[in-house]
Amino acid sequence: MRPAAAIVVKDIVIEMRSKESLSSTTMFGVLVLVIFNFAFEPSSLERALIAPGTLWVAISFAAILGLNRSLAMEIDNDCLQGLLLAPLSRGDVYLGKVASNFTFMIIAELVILPVFVIFNNLKFNLQFLEIAAITCLATFAIASVGTILSTISANTRMKEVMLPVLQIPLTVPVVIAAVDATGRVLTGETKEISSWLYLLAGFSIVYLTVSYLVFEFAVEE
Amino acid sequence: MRSKVLAVLSLASMIPTLYMIFFFAPTEVTMGNIQRIFYFHVPLATGGYVSALLLFVGCVMFLTKRDLKWDRFGACAAELGVVFVSAQIVTGMIWAKPVWGIWWTFDARLTLQLVLDLIFIAYFMLRAYLPDREKRAKLSSVFGLLGMVDVPFNYFAIYMFPTQHPQPVLGPAGGGVDADMGTTLTVSFIAFGFLYAYLLDRRLAIARVEEEIDYLKQVVFAHE
Repeated sequence: MRPAAAIVVKDIVIEMRSKESLSSTTMFGVLVLVIFNFAFEPSSLERALIAPGTLWVAISFAAILGLNRSLAMEIDNDCLQGLLLAPLSRGDVYLGKVASNFTFMIIAELVILPVFVIFNNLKFNLQFLEIAAITCLATFAIASVGTILSTISANTRMKEVMLPVLQIPLTVPVVIAAVDATGRVLTGETKEISSWLYLLAGFSIVYLTVSYLVFEFAVEE
Repeated sequence: MRSKVLAVLSLASMIPTLYMIFFFAPTEVTMGNIQRIFYFHVPLATGGYVSALLLFVGCVMFLTKRDLKWDRFGACAAELGVVFVSAQIVTGMIWAKPVWGIWWTFDARLTLQLVLDLIFIAYFMLRAYLPDREKRAKLSSVFGLLGMVDVPFNYFAIYMFPTQHPQPVLGPAGGGVDADMGTTLTVSFIAFGFLYAYLLDRRLAIARVEEEIDYLKQVVFAHE
């Protein structure tokens, strides 16, 4: 566990000094929410229907931006080489990057979620626990699959453009689960979200395990 | 030899299949003749899932054995996957226009197939942007593996949504079909099975030649 924690600490230190990744992803997420309000001009009734969708589009797009940044940062100065030379297994490097990507995405969501609540005139005390559970599980699912996909895409000629092409089809189940579960929480049908939470948890566990095992192929020269 | 046998078998089974689909199978009462597309649609869908399975096998085998043969196998299976799933979606659309009155809806099963198609296509885009042969094989195998692991999750996620696609008529939960329709579908499955095997065999042969040409090109350029 310690090597993974060291990678998270390293990424947090870099972020505190450079302050570039987190601010841009958060800003981007908020901007997506704003754009959706122009795009749909929803009345208060329609708002309840489309709000969960806008939230998760904002989060998953912001996540793609952050994931690209997180790997580009490692590749820019050959930091990835250094990371691979460190006495850790490749799987530990993967877990560390997942943990740091997850941490940054959660921090961005701590801004995006309140903005979402304000824009849609929702109540702040709205089923806090359920929303937190959905957000954490879905974010973890996106981080677990996104970390390995961003490593793959960083190796291609197209780099930044490739990640969304790879990631969006694979995260369809996550987005479906998160959108529907969020919608149910907003309309008060909280009892029915447990199957979605199981799906998200299962997705995360399976992808974390598979990626842990195959990560060395993705970074090998 | 093998490819000739497969070619003859697929031709020999395809002709009676076409006859059975258009003349032997009874006309469905509510939908009419358009229902006959079902005998193409279902085997095509099955071909898509067989491709997904073969791609999964190809990726796992490549990552464990490190033999480029398996990477070629996976890529060829995925290519057939794109063809079969796309053809399935198109036949579905042709059926849906008169029956549902629309070409497309983001319905559960349709979305499932579309996402499967998109994963196959993403796999090819990734391959296209990886010029180095070894790297292409390695990274696309990792992605292929991740992509095929996604299929069951998609299935669960999407099936928790209500659907308007006709429920499966075969299998334990299905209502069953007319005996003649069942026979036609079985024959169609056999014909498409041979066609699939033939296409895969040919595609693998072409892939081998392509690789040989690439290798020879490198040798020639190295000497110049």
